[in-house]
Amino acid sequence: MSAPELQGRSLFRYLWRQLTSMRNALILLLLLGLASIPGSLFPQRTQSPLKVREYFQNDPEGAKWLDRFYLFDVYGSPWFSAIYILLFISLIGCVVPRTWHYAKEALSKPTPAPNSLTQLEAYREVDGDLESTERWLKKNKYRISKDESGISAEKGYLHETGNLIFHLALIVVLLGVGASSVFGMRGEAIVTVGERFINVPTSYDNLAPGRFFNVANMPAFAITAANFEAKYDPETRQPLDYKLTALVADSTKERPTEKIVRVNQPFTFGDSRVYLQANGFSPLVTVRDKNGEVKFEGPVPFLPQDANLTSIGAIKVPDMNPQIGFVASFFPTAARDEVRGGFSSYPALLDPRLLVSVWEGDLKMDSGIPQSVYRIDTSEMNRIGLWGLSIGESYSFGSPDPVGTITFNGVVPWVNLQVVKDPGKPWALAGSIVAITALMASLFIRQRRIYVKPKGGRLEIAGLALNRLPGLEEEIGRLVKEAGR
Amino acid sequence: MTNRDWAYISNGLIYVALFAYTISFLFYAFETAFSVKESKGFDRTRTIRSNRIGTLFFLIGTAAISLGVIARGASAGRVPWGNMYEFSISGAMFFALAYLIIGKKYDLRWLGLPISILLLIIIGTAITLLYRPSAPLVPALQSTWLVVHVAAAIISGGMFLLSNTVASTYLWLDRMERKGERSEFAKRFPSLETLDQLSYRMVAFVFPLWTFAIIAGAIWAEAAWGRYWGWDPKETWSFITWILYAAYLHARVTAGWKGRKAAWLSLIAGSSYLFNYVYINVWGTGRHTYSGL
Repeated sequence: MSAPELQGRSLFRYLWRQLTSMRNALILLLLLGLASIPGSLFPQRTQSPLKVREYFQNDPEGAKWLDRFYLFDVYGSPWFSAIYILLFISLIGCVVPRTWHYAKEALSKPTPAPNSLTQLEAYREVDGDLESTERWLKKNKYRISKDESGISAEKGYLHETGNLIFHLALIVVLLGVGASSVFGMRGEAIVTVGERFINVPTSYDNLAPGRFFNVANMPAFAITAANFEAKYDPETRQPLDYKLTALVADSTKERPTEKIVRVNQPFTFGDSRVYLQANGFSPLVTVRDKNGEVKFEGPVPFLPQDANLTSIGAIKVPDMNPQIGFVASFFPTAARDEVRGGFSSYPALLDPRLLVSVWEGDLKMDSGIPQSVYRIDTSEMNRIGLWGLSIGESYSFGSPDPVGTITFNGVVPWVNLQVVKDPGKPWALAGSIVAITALMASLFIRQRRIYVKPKGGRLEIAGLALNRLPGLEEEIGRLVKEAGR
Repeated sequence: MTNRDWAYISNGLIYVALFAYTISFLFYAFETAFSVKESKGFDRTRTIRSNRIGTLFFLIGTAAISLGVIARGASAGRVPWGNMYEFSISGAMFFALAYLIIGKKYDLRWLGLPISILLLIIIGTAITLLYRPSAPLVPALQSTWLVVHVAAAIISGGMFLLSNTVASTYLWLDRMERKGERSEFAKRFPSLETLDQLSYRMVAFVFPLWTFAIIAGAIWAEAAWGRYWGWDPKETWSFITWILYAAYLHARVTAGWKGRKAAWLSLIAGSSYLFNYVYINVWGTGRHTYSGL
């Protein structure tokens, strides 16, 4: 092909034909599979941001390069989207014209028999007459067209129908998935038991709205975490049940309604759903200065580090001069060994202990750089104390002159709630159900043609297994046996 | 009986199964080795008794492992699909049952030896490396979807493995035929065409079930984790397996692939299933890893 031909419309047409060819559609499909592999080998920001950060800490230079190729955001990367979108267009380009073509074909009569049948499958010459074979074919629900040269019969149109519906349904699934990511939202918030979560953007620790999700349209509701129970198997220490009792209030009801939320049992609010995702402990502490004045009081959520809920956290007291920070560990059931030092040996509160290391100096909270609430940057601070506390105990830190005291008053659990709005979900589900039904039709229904032609007082019979499923030979055998003379 | 009794019974039955499959393996091996005498060529009748004894022990093994899986479920008061040990013994059970059922229809006796070896490997690894005491399910697994999703996934896996065994046999014989004639020993196996068709039909039969396993998993993930698809490593690899088998079906039906090329593609697709099961469960991360394994 010379260059001038590949311009404007003809170029477009050329590309379009390439894109929608069966071969390239298959290559795109395999490419999509290949492209999704790196996302399972490198940590992904959307799933494990902490691991990604670890990667950056351990190998900053390498991580920077990986990041340039979006290897920490594979499924949102331009190259992944490119394959996905091309495949999508190719799918539409393959299926829609074919549906149109097929609809015309399915409404018309089967194409007449070719001149010579010997090249087809299951060819044979038998004694018999056209009328009785036609009767047999009709009885067996073949669609028949007849002319002077013979009979052409076809059956199993549902195979191709299923095939096309399957691919059309896949398009619906993909549209549903796309709609969710564009019009939906998901957010997470840690709510300490006893406290209330109000569904506004600022309540979330983490909020990911879709591009066209209007944050102002968030449904108005408030959830109070009234009670949380966690049950564990004493033998294996594995969780048996997490149960959150929540009070849900919205403007339409006078009183809040009580809802039970479990791991497999989210509750639905309008088109949003609320899921119980994780849990941990918030130690209740009071910090006083040397005059006994309260400078900080309340529950502080700690981050669990293992299955036994060994947790770490930070208590920041910016109102003291100099500022005070506590880098702390919390153990619901305290234990100690040589290797790990302090840790928790059971996830329930059997022997709760709070371990604090006290730092004095600049907490750097005003630097403008967003800070983790679970960590303290101690680079410009001095350690002035280290102590372990049981519930009810106090520790007076600073020497020789006391600076203040910290009191460990008790522990309350917290829960991590995930709020999800997913408008494409019903489409994806409906598409999947249709797809799988149609898939079975297309895989298990045999579409076949049988041709019968008279030849010098005898009959020539042959067929075509259109989707290459076995059984044509037997079927023609039956036809010959039952319709022959 | 207490839960602990059931667990002991289950463990005992799994050992019985391992023992029975070992004997079955020995008899199949004997049959295979001695059915050919160099001067006289292939004679199946020489070792038919050995084959029958092998099959008898295969049946005993399958009965024992089925009861073992049931007892394991009884010990925990749930379906026995809570950890990798339980997946493995259930998978072995479905694999053996699929072989027996399909073998009745198509005469797969020649597959007895490779299948008993695979079963020994699966059960052996389960007992030695993957064993976990019977315990209740963690909250995320407490769902009816566990039964539906895992059953579909394990049965699909058993069929993929069976189809791969046939495809491997195809490739082996194909190589031999290209170099010349089949050896006397290899003449006992079906024709290449039969093997090719059989491997394809198993995939075509089980592909909708695999699709269903993924959809059921998505529905469950929506309830348990708040999203139906999240590119968790397990999800990603089940998707890759799906794509590879979809490509395989297209290649066969639309592009008319047959024989060697098709067999290789199905082997690649089957390995992605195996990779997903072994690698992601043991060394991988993500939300499909429970209780260590």
